[in-house]
Amino acid sequence: MRKFNHKDLLGMGQLTVEDIDLILDTAGSLKEISEREIKKVPTLRGKSVVHFFYEPSTRTRTSFEMAAKRLSADTVSLSASGSSMVKGETLIDTARNLQAMNPDLIVLRHSSGGAPHLLAKEVKAGIINAGDGINEHPTQALLDLYTIRERKGRIKGLKVAIIGDIAHSRVARSNIIGLTKMGAQVTISGPPTMIPLQVESLGVKVIHNVADAIEDRDVIMVLRIQLERQSKILFPSIREYATFFGLNREVMKKAKRDVIVMHPGPINRGVEIASDVADGPYSVILDQVANGVAVRMALLYLLIGGARSDNLD
Amino acid sequence: MTIWIRDGKIVDPVRGVMQRRDIIVERGRISRILKAGAFKEKGPKLRTIDASGKVIVPGLIDMHVHLREPGHEYKETIATGGKAAVAGGFVGLACMPNTDPVNDSSSVTEFILRQARKSNLVKVYPVAAITKGQKGETLTEFGDLRQAGVEGVSDDGFAVSNSEVMRRAIEYARYYDLVVISHCEDTNLSGDGVMHEGAVSTQIGLRGIPAASEEVMVQREISLARLTGCPVHIAHVSTAGSVELIKRAKEEGVPITAETAPHYFSLDHRAVIGYDTNAKMNPPLRTPEDVEAIKRGLAEDVLDVIATDHAPHSPLEKDLEFDRAAFGIIGLETAVPLTLALVEEGVLSLPGAIKKLSSNPAAILGVTGGSLREEGPADLAILDPEQEYTLKAGDIQSKSKNSPFIGQTLKGWNLLTMIGGRIVWKRAREHLGG
Repeated sequence: MRKFNHKDLLGMGQLTVEDIDLILDTAGSLKEISEREIKKVPTLRGKSVVHFFYEPSTRTRTSFEMAAKRLSADTVSLSASGSSMVKGETLIDTARNLQAMNPDLIVLRHSSGGAPHLLAKEVKAGIINAGDGINEHPTQALLDLYTIRERKGRIKGLKVAIIGDIAHSRVARSNIIGLTKMGAQVTISGPPTMIPLQVESLGVKVIHNVADAIEDRDVIMVLRIQLERQSKILFPSIREYATFFGLNREVMKKAKRDVIVMHPGPINRGVEIASDVADGPYSVILDQVANGVAVRMALLYLLIGGARSDNLD
Repeated sequence: MTIWIRDGKIVDPVRGVMQRRDIIVERGRISRILKAGAFKEKGPKLRTIDASGKVIVPGLIDMHVHLREPGHEYKETIATGGKAAVAGGFVGLACMPNTDPVNDSSSVTEFILRQARKSNLVKVYPVAAITKGQKGETLTEFGDLRQAGVEGVSDDGFAVSNSEVMRRAIEYARYYDLVVISHCEDTNLSGDGVMHEGAVSTQIGLRGIPAASEEVMVQREISLARLTGCPVHIAHVSTAGSVELIKRAKEEGVPITAETAPHYFSLDHRAVIGYDTNAKMNPPLRTPEDVEAIKRGLAEDVLDVIATDHAPHSPLEKDLEFDRAAFGIIGLETAVPLTLALVEEGVLSLPGAIKKLSSNPAAILGVTGGSLREEGPADLAILDPEQEYTLKAGDIQSKSKNSPFIGQTLKGWNLLTMIGGRIVWKRAREHLGG
């Protein structure tokens, strides 16, 4: 049996190609549970999972909750507004208090890069990074990899374009690490203000012009533009961004016929992606959401349910 | 009582030489410096310190520390900072004004000097703020502060972003013979950065502070010094670009001096991988190329001074997410081994290294010290360049333990510090190892 030797999932950097294959394969076998009449198996019965979201999140949080519940884990949900963080408690103190209640796993979303790493040093429970600052969002990358593999049958050798605010995107960073590790060629695109310094050190190519960047690619990944960044002088106006860096039907004329278009959501229609592209035939955006539950079920299973492989049916 | 320090190698940083000598200390002063073996006196009132194989240096002077008093006594006090200083071989400290309240008035300066007298250890040279409240707007009362005992002015921690204010500050400060110490940072460029902007920040997903953030301000200070003919001292130089700018300015005769801190020639931005908040400082740890340039800058005397930027923080500020943690590390107790590593590496001669830790900062601050001579005060430190020791948190005399060097084996420690003939620090035997 293939082994998953990790206490935590902090970032894509820690995973080997074999680890990623194992996660995706496991997700593949668990996906079917979500399509049953009774969407629940007893695999994680008696395990407790804390969903700890310092930053607001709808999609990721719901996806994790669904995944845990479908595996019969008990879940508790904490958010920054309802937690003692607003009362001035530090992350480490909160972690120690949580640890005292002996959960099996903590899923953490946090606005600071490295926060899950700090937590992982403090607690015995496993940690899943559900997004830390601008650093990483590994479960998003894994569900993206799953979706790509499902659609394309492979990852190795594919050409992928990622468009948007690469510098401030944890989705981009995790995907770049994951995709290059799995043998895909990654091109990044967007205005120069959104491309981080020395990004080539991550093994990617930069093509600023979106039409050129998507030409001949198998996968186009569009990132959400955080509209509040406009105040940080990264782009002059939403209108200008949509015109020159948005993915619209005109630009898509240069794309391959069998290209797939991905977006981590939530989408800004008419900004980074035009409605007819988001809803069009190339779009796999809703597949990503569905696969997110399966991938997160796989991670929960591998991290805290590994000893119970016999119950997995 | 007479103290006989036997057979040490005395470093004269000003003349750049080292000689085996005996030192006789009487009534707080060095009464005689003799060839080894020439001193024969014996008696019950004679205390002998065997310094054979050791190096005797003028008491070190750190022109850039944060003593946190008044206002943040839970991090450090003038007394505990003084203990850390003597443990590290320092006898004089220039303390930065970012206390609470800010040292922008003679009453705060007088308080600092009173606390220093009370702790009765190191000499404390207060550095006052350039602008009231360090807000970058209105000059503080340099004349009044000078009379109260200030040796320099700086808005350290903040840059004076208004160039007109900085110009007037250096013009006015020269009249009072106050050194102006500039924290060079374009805060708009730094933004909410927490580490050096480069390959590592891109890889580990932290917001970056570009090298240019420091360099544009270094260039501004050079331009202002050239315009006015008034000297400026550049604090904590961290980039290759800054070294190059200062080098060219000095060649041109612009009155610029500069310091760097031991961490800028000992660590680079890869230390941040793993999100250790003791690798978070401002300016940030830069690239290995910058580290090499800092070393070259020291070797070529582009950088005049090694100052620690000793910045004590408690776990309240450091045991946090990287973004939220405070900038800065303590440095007084590790400056000697980290600097001696440059001697070992051949970057600096031993007298050259000690010069940057004693006579150069003394000259720039305009205070006495930095030399060992007959009839001079017996302010000195005895170093063992060969001693290797693994630093433990429990050894640290500073009230705060925020050092990235804990757990590292460093070579070349201070064994004994003497101020005015009084032994104020002696390294415990168990620290000396076998």
